Amino acid sequence: MSLSLAWDPMFRLPLLTGLLLAVALPLLGAGLRLREQWLSSLGVAQMAAAGGVAGVLLHAPVIAGALLGALLAGAARMLAGAARNEHYALMLLAGWAGVMLLAMHGHEAQMAAVHLLNGQLYFSSPAQFGAASLLVVLVLLSGRWLSRRLLQARLFPDHFRANRQPAWPHELGFEALVVGAIVLGIGTLGVMATFGMIFLPPWIAFRLARGWLPALLLSVALGVAACLAGFLLALGLDLPFGPTLVAVLAALAPLRLWRRRAGI
Amino acid sequence: MNDTALLLRLREVQAGYDRPVVGPVSLELWPGEVVGLTGLNGVGKTTLLKLLTGEARLFAGELQRAAGLTVAHHRQQPERPPELPLTGREVLRLAGADTAAAPARLQALHRRCLEEMSGGEYQLLHAWACLMGPARLVLLDEPTNNLDQDAIELLLGELDALAPGRAVLMVSHEPEVLQAACSRVVSLCR
Repeated sequence: MSLSLAWDPMFRLPLLTGLLLAVALPLLGAGLRLREQWLSSLGVAQMAAAGGVAGVLLHAPVIAGALLGALLAGAARMLAGAARNEHYALMLLAGWAGVMLLAMHGHEAQMAAVHLLNGQLYFSSPAQFGAASLLVVLVLLSGRWLSRRLLQARLFPDHFRANRQPAWPHELGFEALVVGAIVLGIGTLGVMATFGMIFLPPWIAFRLARGWLPALLLSVALGVAACLAGFLLALGLDLPFGPTLVAVLAALAPLRLWRRRAGI
Repeated sequence: MNDTALLLRLREVQAGYDRPVVGPVSLELWPGEVVGLTGLNGVGKTTLLKLLTGEARLFAGELQRAAGLTVAHHRQQPERPPELPLTGREVLRLAGADTAAAPARLQALHRRCLEEMSGGEYQLLHAWACLMGPARLVLLDEPTNNLDQDAIELLLGELDALAPGRAVLMVSHEPEVLQAACSRVVSLCR
């Protein structure tokens, strides 16, 4: 394939969908990193993939099964307030085993498993583009409010309870955004690329940025740059997009070795 | 609450988690007061503060709070997430504290991220944030831990200048600090 294909109308929708997710996923990843729940995103993604494959076997839409799987995992994470990495690792192992075992039960299930695990950005639909646009709008609109409340809950953990203020609006709102983003992400980028977008940009940005807003902006910048580079590389070298994106993201990790923070 | 000015009243309170670990304790807190809590390790001073934040359970007695009472809690070991790119100024803003009013010692932390601060510096920043925020009741659990004498003086100066409508309940093992800061001291015993 040639790089000129990147400007072909056929690839515009996938590229734009990927770029929208490259904005939303790192921002939500920053919230998950703040809460030390970043590994849970891989657990939720694997459970969503297992739900998607189960949906195919039950003759239900993949997205409905994936959403149900992600909601169950998200609810488990939210209810298990003291959940730690061990619990998230268990979730991702169970999800992976579920995907693999369910995929053995028919060709369609196997195809769905491959698509969910590896991604199929080039086949993004207008509906997925619309959902990604809506996700970005919701994340940006709620970002200031969510950031403040999540940071308050992290640094002053007794704030809401001591002041008899409900914490559920931001807890539930954040979980809903994460679940929606992951379901959308695995349906387009694939499980590992979605996890890569959630985990790697904030991991680098938290090391380099000085200030919360600079960290969020740097996370988005890294995500968008990686998405663009991954897209062009995949097209130019005729590679699958998901693994190429993850390779580009992983190649950015040495930026953490940069010694100086920058920001406000 | 009968007396509208009263911020807090504890009557024969017993508090704990699975079972009571402190009490019975009776205590009243009025606006303008800085009240010290002292006692041996394990007597339940921190648990009493946690009762007021809702983390510990009330097993017996009566706890009354003024309507709409706002509370800030400085834990014995304040939460300090690893590698969080939050600056000192942002921490103060999160607590609703006036960053411009911070003394030079804290202004120096304004642009530093949490992991660039020493344990004592972060302790001072967090305690200051709670004190300078808008909460009417400030709970300080051993706020002078890890602080040098200058930082302790800074906190004591702020406690001395507490606004008339606010109150502080402070746990400490340091008699000099309690004597310098508190209008009265309640000693808990088993």
